[in-house]
Amino acid sequence: MTGGGDGNGENAIEVRGLRKAFGALEVLRGIDFSVARGEVVCVIGPSGSGKSTLLRCVNLLEEPTAGRVTVAGTEVTDPEVDIDRVRRRIGMVFQSFNLFPHLTALENLTIAQRRVLRRDRPTAARIARDQLARVGLGDKEAAYPAQLSGGQQQRVAIARALAMDPELMLFDEPTSALDPELVGDVLAVMRALARDGMTMLVVTHEMGFAREVADRVVFMDGGLVVEEGTPRQVVGAPRHERTRAFLSRVLDPAAAEVDGTGGTDAADGTDGTGPTTGRRT
Amino acid sequence: MPRPLSRRRRARLVRGAQYGVLVAALAALALAADWRRLGSAFFDVSVATALFPDIVTTALVNTVRYTLLGFGFGLALGLVLALMRLSSVPPYRWLAVTYIEFFRGIPALLVFIALGFGVPLAFQVALDQGVTVMLSLGLVGAAYMAETIRAGIRAVPKGQTEAARSLGMSQGRAMVSIVVPQAFRIVLPPLANELILLTKDSSLVYLLGLSLSQFELANFGRDALNEHKSLTPVLVAGLLYLVITLPLGQLVRRLEARTAKAR
Repeated sequence: MTGGGDGNGENAIEVRGLRKAFGALEVLRGIDFSVARGEVVCVIGPSGSGKSTLLRCVNLLEEPTAGRVTVAGTEVTDPEVDIDRVRRRIGMVFQSFNLFPHLTALENLTIAQRRVLRRDRPTAARIARDQLARVGLGDKEAAYPAQLSGGQQQRVAIARALAMDPELMLFDEPTSALDPELVGDVLAVMRALARDGMTMLVVTHEMGFAREVADRVVFMDGGLVVEEGTPRQVVGAPRHERTRAFLSRVLDPAAAEVDGTGGTDAADGTDGTGPTTGRRT
Repeated sequence: MPRPLSRRRRARLVRGAQYGVLVAALAALALAADWRRLGSAFFDVSVATALFPDIVTTALVNTVRYTLLGFGFGLALGLVLALMRLSSVPPYRWLAVTYIEFFRGIPALLVFIALGFGVPLAFQVALDQGVTVMLSLGLVGAAYMAETIRAGIRAVPKGQTEAARSLGMSQGRAMVSIVVPQAFRIVLPPLANELILLTKDSSLVYLLGLSLSQFELANFGRDALNEHKSLTPVLVAGLLYLVITLPLGQLVRRLEARTAKAR
């Protein structure tokens, strides 16, 4: 298996034989997959399937039990590696935003630039303002997180990650904690990011987003990758029974029915309305 | 025609009876006390005026000074102990636990005596009075503050550390820049409480054998009591303690209200 992954220099993320157990509970049971530079990969699957754990193993928020994870040519599972250095190059966006509540939006974006990248104050502030403007919150730099809506907080969190000039971005269910009407703004920012060529690994329940933006969709269940392929293949015409069962539960019953007959039609027809609100399973 | 009492009426009756008993007890105490003798002992105006301005310019100032010295040192040491207590290095944890359990478990009075007399004996050095006060008040205060700060650090959500680490911060940097500032916000009310306790504990410095200019409120009052053969200085000193502690108590309540709103 490891022999096949000789394109390490090419891939942004390379995962080989990844296992992760919490005590007796085996959450990841041997994962192999990769993300190419500039690629947008969405990971879908039921709760407890190990999607978030997989994501968290990529920047070592979780220590893998076995296997190898390589990010942009650096093996992060190597015990000798300076993980703080690697993490600078990986942006991470959390389900619960995790903005620093004691700092303003601008300070949320500047603190790591200054303390980690050692940028001087004016440079950090300039970059922070650019990134806040990029997510449509240029007027909110003085606001504290508590004064922002959930959608705004998540956009600040994305901008905070972007201010570090990451080579790739990890998104851990970025819209799952949001009210339905706030999801759209966050997805719009992510869509724009994908268009700009950012490498993105996204754990999501947003089937509309996955279909529209992802280059590849990975379906996980029970700690394993069940199937992967283009959105049209995986979401539109799933081969595995488990994938089909999951999708029919996640998508609107009506949309699921349409999916069964003609994948492309369903994709176009539902993107504007139904599944963008996502449904937690 | 007697109707059964409604629940509200009965509750009101019970409460009325409680107030009645309380008022009667207070009245009995007031009648039994000898007000004339109390008055001459505690409320001697000429004695009270003679205490000023020294009781403010020397004693009150010293109380505040000792308290702040002890609090500052105790806070710094308490933060270090809290971080050691949460450290992943076992010896640090053991050291912190031992320290905290020891200084929390013995009376502050003994610490004062030990430092005031033991240290000069052991090391053949005469510590500066201010340093001794700072050490003894701070050593005891640190044990309590360490536990308070530790609780505050643990109350900061784990996601904060994760977000900081994801941005490339080291464990220490995340602690200093992200976790500790938030922890202090959380523990501000209990820390202000600690400041009130220390204000009163500062009276224990009399054990160090102070000169007149170093007297703080309690000691100053006790000294004046002997001089004037009147209890009035005790009353005045007590009131001056309240001048310090009541605004602090007000501050604690305001901080608590603010925290409640922010959460």
